[in-house]
Amino acid sequence: MNASFAEMSARERLAAVVDAGTFHEWLPPSERVMSPHLAQLGVPAAFDDGVAIGRATLSGRIVFVAAQEGEFMGGGVGEVHGAKLVGLLRRALRDRPDAVVLLAESGGVRLHEANAGLIAVSEVMRALLDVRAAGIATVMLVVGANGCFGGMGIVARCADSVVMSDIARHAMSGPEVIESANGAGEFDSRDRALVWRTTGGKHRWLSGDCDALVDDDPAAFRTAAIAALSVHRPMTLAALQRESTLLQWRTDLAGDGADAFEFWTRLGVADARAVPDLDADAVRALRPAAVAPLANGGT
Amino acid sequence: MDWPSVANRLFGQDHAIVADGDFLCGTASFEGATIAVVGTTNHAAVGVDLALRQARAILAVVAESPGRPLLLLVDTQGQKLRRRDELLGIHRAMAHLGCCLDLARRQGHPVIGLVYDQALSGGFITSGLMADACHALPEAEIRVMRVPAMARVTKLPEALLESLSLTNPVFAPGVANYVAMGGVRSLWDGDLAAGLRAALADRDTADRRAREGAQRGGRRVADDVMRRVLEA
Repeated sequence: MNASFAEMSARERLAAVVDAGTFHEWLPPSERVMSPHLAQLGVPAAFDDGVAIGRATLSGRIVFVAAQEGEFMGGGVGEVHGAKLVGLLRRALRDRPDAVVLLAESGGVRLHEANAGLIAVSEVMRALLDVRAAGIATVMLVVGANGCFGGMGIVARCADSVVMSDIARHAMSGPEVIESANGAGEFDSRDRALVWRTTGGKHRWLSGDCDALVDDDPAAFRTAAIAALSVHRPMTLAALQRESTLLQWRTDLAGDGADAFEFWTRLGVADARAVPDLDADAVRALRPAAVAPLANGGT
Repeated sequence: MDWPSVANRLFGQDHAIVADGDFLCGTASFEGATIAVVGTTNHAAVGVDLALRQARAILAVVAESPGRPLLLLVDTQGQKLRRRDELLGIHRAMAHLGCCLDLARRQGHPVIGLVYDQALSGGFITSGLMADACHALPEAEIRVMRVPAMARVTKLPEALLESLSLTNPVFAPGVANYVAMGGVRSLWDGDLAAGLRAALADRDTADRRAREGAQRGGRRVADDVMRRVLEA
């Protein structure tokens, strides 16, 4: 096992995923394209506003890439951060690389730039869907200890492929937010096991919300990203109708329940209680056939 | 304004929009054309169920009524804050809803958003903000969160945020700020039908929000940064 992918910085992750030495950054930190809003709040800004964008090759194929830096404001999307992502996606629409690969680590809208962040996330979403509709593979690697939440959680699910590690989380509202709104009885944010089996990589794999489950390892993410370069999920009416039916089936299956073990059992996982102690390899083998069509590679 | 009043001001008695719980759906007749209406009411908390329900309604319009304009009536307090929704992939249900709206646009349906009451973060991103353009009533409220909550979460002094919000649209709730930033294209003031008529006539579906935010002075750098990436 190599170093933890989650513990790397955004640029280290980028360097580890793409072909060695091929990352060429646009608007690098030396150009100091910074948030215009943080200084007046007395909050330190970053020279890259928390996201690195550029081009590279991956297994010899041209890809446009971006990586969000979770250490800077939790990867939150502010005006500049969002505009860099939109610029990258619009450039992809123009220049037609083989794929766009985004290493997502974000709490969603950056609250320090609330309104601008909300609009920015929505612009990223529309730009991503334009790229996907153009037949350019869109790949999300959900990495990092902060997970992928809020508006970015939604954006990530708009890609052709979502790759997660077993320690990554992908959801909408953080457990702290739900706990503060509805109490620890609803969601105890300090119960790490509960948090991970509700929003973590293993759960998303078993329920069909991620397309590849890998170890928290740079080489594993690289391999999964290469495989995803050839995956296209055209958004046709038939495809969305199918997804709609499947999501409704899955929701009905859960009923009013909010317990992961019970849900996995209903989905068809034989020994749900054992899942948290298994490694990613073992969990990969457990995904029920009925769930597979919700993810790539399903039929 | 409540949704029956909005419907009445837009369509008179000429509509068959029905509320079922927090869900709005139906058709209306507008100046000779049939319009599909999908939306939410009661400041709905949008969870998995409500997101899927809206998505299904939109897919039915695309499947059965090619090209029919879609009007999204937005009134939401944001995403539902329940563990069940997180377990069931609320982010995916919302992404699915957004993708359905995107499909409708690509298939030639005009998609028009109208915030008639409240629009908050999660519930708004995959409804009004996914329209060709989003509009609002002047008395509507759009925000990510209130200033006191924002102060608490960001650990910034509330007084600082309050004073900045007087001059900088980024920090303060309000439809006027969203117009200035390009997130809302126009306010439908007084004559709502005139607003809908103008929205239906605008068939340019490109995302112009960053450009309009720069032109209106509410979001000064986003458009320039996008351009710089294209030229780098």
